[in-house]
Amino acid sequence: MEKVLMKGNEAFAEAAIRGGAGFYFGYPITPQNEIPEYMSHELEKAGGSFIQAESELAAVNMAYGAAAAGGSVFISTSSPGVALMQEGISFMCSSEVPVVMLNVSRGGPGVGGIQPGQADYFQATRGGGNGDYHVPVFAPASIQEAIDMIYGAFEIADKYQNPVMILADGMLGQMMEPVSLPEAKRMATYEEIRANKPWAITGKGPRSERNVIKSLRLQPDVLEAHIHRLFEKYDRMEKELVRYETYGEPDPEIVFVAFGTVARLVAETMDILTERGYKAGMIRPVTLWPFPFDAFARISDKTRLVVSVELSMGQLLTDVKAAVCGRVPVGLINRTGGVVPTPVEIADRAIKQLKALD
Amino acid sequence: MKQVFAITRGMLPVDTSYCPGCTHGVAHRLIMECLEELGELDNTIAVSPIGCSIVAHQYMNIDMCESAHGRAPAVASGIRRVHPDKVVFTYQGDGDLASIGVGEIIHAAHRGEKVTTFFINNAIYGMTGGQMAPTTLLGQRATTAINGRTKESNGSPLRMCELLATIDGAVFVERVALNSPGNVRKAKKAVMKAFEVQKNGLGFSFVEFLSSCPTNWGRAPYEAMEFIKEEMIPYYPLGNFRKPEEF
Repeated sequence: MEKVLMKGNEAFAEAAIRGGAGFYFGYPITPQNEIPEYMSHELEKAGGSFIQAESELAAVNMAYGAAAAGGSVFISTSSPGVALMQEGISFMCSSEVPVVMLNVSRGGPGVGGIQPGQADYFQATRGGGNGDYHVPVFAPASIQEAIDMIYGAFEIADKYQNPVMILADGMLGQMMEPVSLPEAKRMATYEEIRANKPWAITGKGPRSERNVIKSLRLQPDVLEAHIHRLFEKYDRMEKELVRYETYGEPDPEIVFVAFGTVARLVAETMDILTERGYKAGMIRPVTLWPFPFDAFARISDKTRLVVSVELSMGQLLTDVKAAVCGRVPVGLINRTGGVVPTPVEIADRAIKQLKALD
Repeated sequence: MKQVFAITRGMLPVDTSYCPGCTHGVAHRLIMECLEELGELDNTIAVSPIGCSIVAHQYMNIDMCESAHGRAPAVASGIRRVHPDKVVFTYQGDGDLASIGVGEIIHAAHRGEKVTTFFINNAIYGMTGGQMAPTTLLGQRATTAINGRTKESNGSPLRMCELLATIDGAVFVERVALNSPGNVRKAKKAVMKAFEVQKNGLGFSFVEFLSSCPTNWGRAPYEAMEFIKEEMIPYYPLGNFRKPEEF
């Protein structure tokens, strides 16, 4: 397939359009400004509709409305914008409305910085909106992987009637790589929306019953039953959506766990360790929720140390510890604030931690 | 015998849960009657707010969705972009629209979104038990202003029609009241015009209804109607603030 050199953010936007997204609502925020800019002139060419919303709070609610009405919706923002969208995410999960969301994450907390970070891990996987719900979270490590994830996310969102999140970082958004773009799907027609999404609010028309999309259920037993129904969906997602990749030698003495662009740094780190006579492996979660706990069953008794490598203060580490379950010592190699470690730095720290075990 | 009046098909045949003397029931009926007369009941999608009328979808026989507090104009904008040919409206109370949602209503008007907003202004927070609203009158008591609202502590009440009428995209802005049969008839005319403005694709249309909340005003229903006439109308004058030339 023909490859084209593209900037991450523009590739993400193009992938969404090709995935059938007819509607985009966004607000400028670094490091993803290229996405609303691209959408503002390209989306209408594909027959869609773009709004530069007055805030991320408005954007996520526009997304909820458009998706409730049966539209295929894509929204993007960066970390502080995701904080504003939490209300909307909780609403969409309870109302069972499908939206594809992209976080091009940066340093926090607060306004933080504009360099890459991974400290939205808890925000993405533990929710930050109120109540019990889950959102599948995909973590790409290359622009191509992000394109494929965004393109495929619309079907997943529709299948489960749930928001889906792609968690990229500022580095992926700003860098340029050669990529192949998938074939464009056209936007659904009104008849297709009514046929494929009979629950959507499209105007009652010839339906005998009108549709109501809601999240308020004041009777406790009714709300409990609803939540259990949502969790049946999440159980299915856990079985059907979980993905990870493993790399390196069999029986490694050190296993790294890393996602996104950090996994690429760790891949180079593993080469350095091999040169220095250490056997290393890596588990790369591709879905952060559902987290690939099963991948850790393959840790052999030759493994002496599992290390979470992350651009945060131990968020990924929490799930790594739960997955390892005390079988093997678990360590942390991290930078934050937008600082990105070099493979040499990661290798040096890993060797230090291995030696400390002796 | 000739039938001279029937409950509109747009209202489901159930009792509403609104208080005695609450004008939500009247407002709902006027809107649904207009949609039925326009033949648009089956082509309408609406957004119910947070507030007493979050249950509007239990009474209005059309496709509806709930929205987070204040966000209805944004939700309606999303719906409108997916369905350029349907009738879309929001129905919002004074906390929803003039407090937490003030950003969303201004921007929907600013963009000239081809939707209609019906604003139920009863100068108090109903559902949550009577706290002060941005439209609570000076001197009026509320649970968060037990000695009455004062300009020094709380600012003067917000006049939404006047505010929105300064925005170009808000092409139809009118304030009506539901305290008397004559005013109710005028209110229905405003609702009809607002829908016609939307159907003609002219821009954002807005109708503010001065409404009652007997329970939280601590007044009997009849006295509540007097309160609208004697206290609210002088501060919130009735009439049209903006309309397209051809109207």
